[in-house]
Amino acid sequence: MIRIVNVHKTFGANHVLRGVNLEIKKGESMVVIGGSGSGKSVLIKHIIGILKPDSGDIFVDNINIVNLKETELNKIRKKFGMLFQGAALFDSLRVWENVGFSLLRERTYSEKEVRRIASEKLRLVGLAGVEDLMPSELSGGMKKRVGLARAIAHNPEILLYDEPTTGLDPIMADAINDLIIEMREKLSVTSVTITHDMQSAYKIADRIAMLYEGKIIEVGTPDEIKQTENPIVRQFITGSAAGPIRIEGVTA
Amino acid sequence: MLRVIEYIGSLIIKFADETGRILILLFSTLKQMILPPYEIRNIIKQMLEIGVMSVPVVLITAIFTGMVLALQTYTGFKRFGAESLVGSVVALSMTREMGPVLTGLIVTGRAGAAMAAELGTMRVTEQIDALETLATNPVKYLIVPRFLSGALMLPALTVLSDIIGIIGGYIITVGLFGASSAQYWRRVWDYLELEDIYNGLIKACFFGASIALISCYKGFYTSGGAEGVGKATTGAVVLSFMTILISDYFLSAWLFK
Ligand SMILES: Nc1ncnc2c1ncn2[C@@H]1O[C@H](COP(=O)(O)OP(=O)(O)O)[C@@H](O)[C@H]1O
Ligand SMILES: [Mg+2]
Repeated sequence: MIRIVNVHKTFGANHVLRGVNLEIKKGESMVVIGGSGSGKSVLIKHIIGILKPDSGDIFVDNINIVNLKETELNKIRKKFGMLFQGAALFDSLRVWENVGFSLLRERTYSEKEVRRIASEKLRLVGLAGVEDLMPSELSGGMKKRVGLARAIAHNPEILLYDEPTTGLDPIMADAINDLIIEMREKLSVTSVTITHDMQSAYKIADRIAMLYEGKIIEVGTPDEIKQTENPIVRQFITGSAAGPIRIEGVTA
Repeated sequence: MLRVIEYIGSLIIKFADETGRILILLFSTLKQMILPPYEIRNIIKQMLEIGVMSVPVVLITAIFTGMVLALQTYTGFKRFGAESLVGSVVALSMTREMGPVLTGLIVTGRAGAAMAAELGTMRVTEQIDALETLATNPVKYLIVPRFLSGALMLPALTVLSDIIGIIGGYIITVGLFGASSAQYWRRVWDYLELEDIYNGLIKACFFGASIALISCYKGFYTSGGAEGVGKATTGAVVLSFMTILISDYFLSAWLFK
């Protein structure tokens, strides 16, 4: 369903992606792990076309999205829903307007209908009675849920999650994990999740890929990853400071 | 010596680079402005934000500007017996120069800074990325309404400022110095031509468009978290002020022959 082929991306002197190859199958839950600043967010933004690669190709349902015109790209984007790390709710809009944003702009439904659909999506992520609140009135966990409701409002086939559990307490984090699993069961979506939270990765992944120094260095099921021979992956999943991974700015 | 040349060179490159990027943003703004659908709701919201909210500050500034113009001109011109010309001086100064420039500076401080801060915050909290994922062009959704409101509301505010400034001059000339009311108004109309007013408004339109474009540019390309938003806001105000004052000279030289 999604195929990333030899993608390179540089910001100034910072060569972030150095030939990423990854394939995500229809219906699977792919989790990409990697350290902070390793380029996980940059990678996920390439999948939905917010960032363009310097070289390489990205196929979504066999269409190369790299050189698409905006109108074409927007058609592809409607297949996606994305939950951002900080939820990225629009501050100036109420919760229901956030959730119904794309529907309000398409003008296929009346405002009243959009509001009803928004309430329905909010219920799906476990929220009720928050429709008229402003984003600033919500807690971190609620913001993520509203962000998720917004991501699923137009019934996407693919969901992208950027660090869905980061910054939440362990109980809230697990509730979000359950929600991700539930979305998959109820909506039968393909999903790509980015995280450095291994507990979350094991729980939601069909397959796990590790991004390191701009490349995917290993892909496997959670069980395969747990038994990896690769010392870098091993160090990352056990969360040890000692090992081959260089910590930026720290000399051994 | 080499250092100095290097430094100046780097400044020039930075200036050219930034000007180029602002012009590119201008073109995509104009393109998105023409392409339907139109952001009527957002345009109205921004017009209220930029226009209506600035009215009180513009009024206060304009009345005091008119008053001080009258005060200075009256006492100064009295030395050579020309105090009857106060009405003309106030009217010409307000419409050609003070109205557009002061309104531009006020709108920069109020609305320009707010635009840069708002768009900058939206950038660093990924709200602009979120717009794209929701198949919404951020230039169309965010910048076009601000650009249009700037270009339209600044002339409107300037008209207000011109009128209030001339009334301010009246208050001082007639109220304080006891000059004749009929003479003040006659002097206002004697030398004031329609051209003075609309050339002033052309300047205002240019200032409004520039302020909005520069402030949106600074906000839109913010990076580096909360600190970056602060820098973008300051940068927007400084660059808008400079653009207004410098372009004012050239526009005036070109318009008022
Ligand atoms: N728009 C951008 N412009 C410049 N540098 C960027 C941009 N986005 C990300 N980067 C840089 O790319 C690197 C990877 O960032 P990111 O993908 O956000 O990391 P993470 O893996 O923590 O999500 C960082 O060094 C970051 O500074
Ligand atoms: Mg990230």
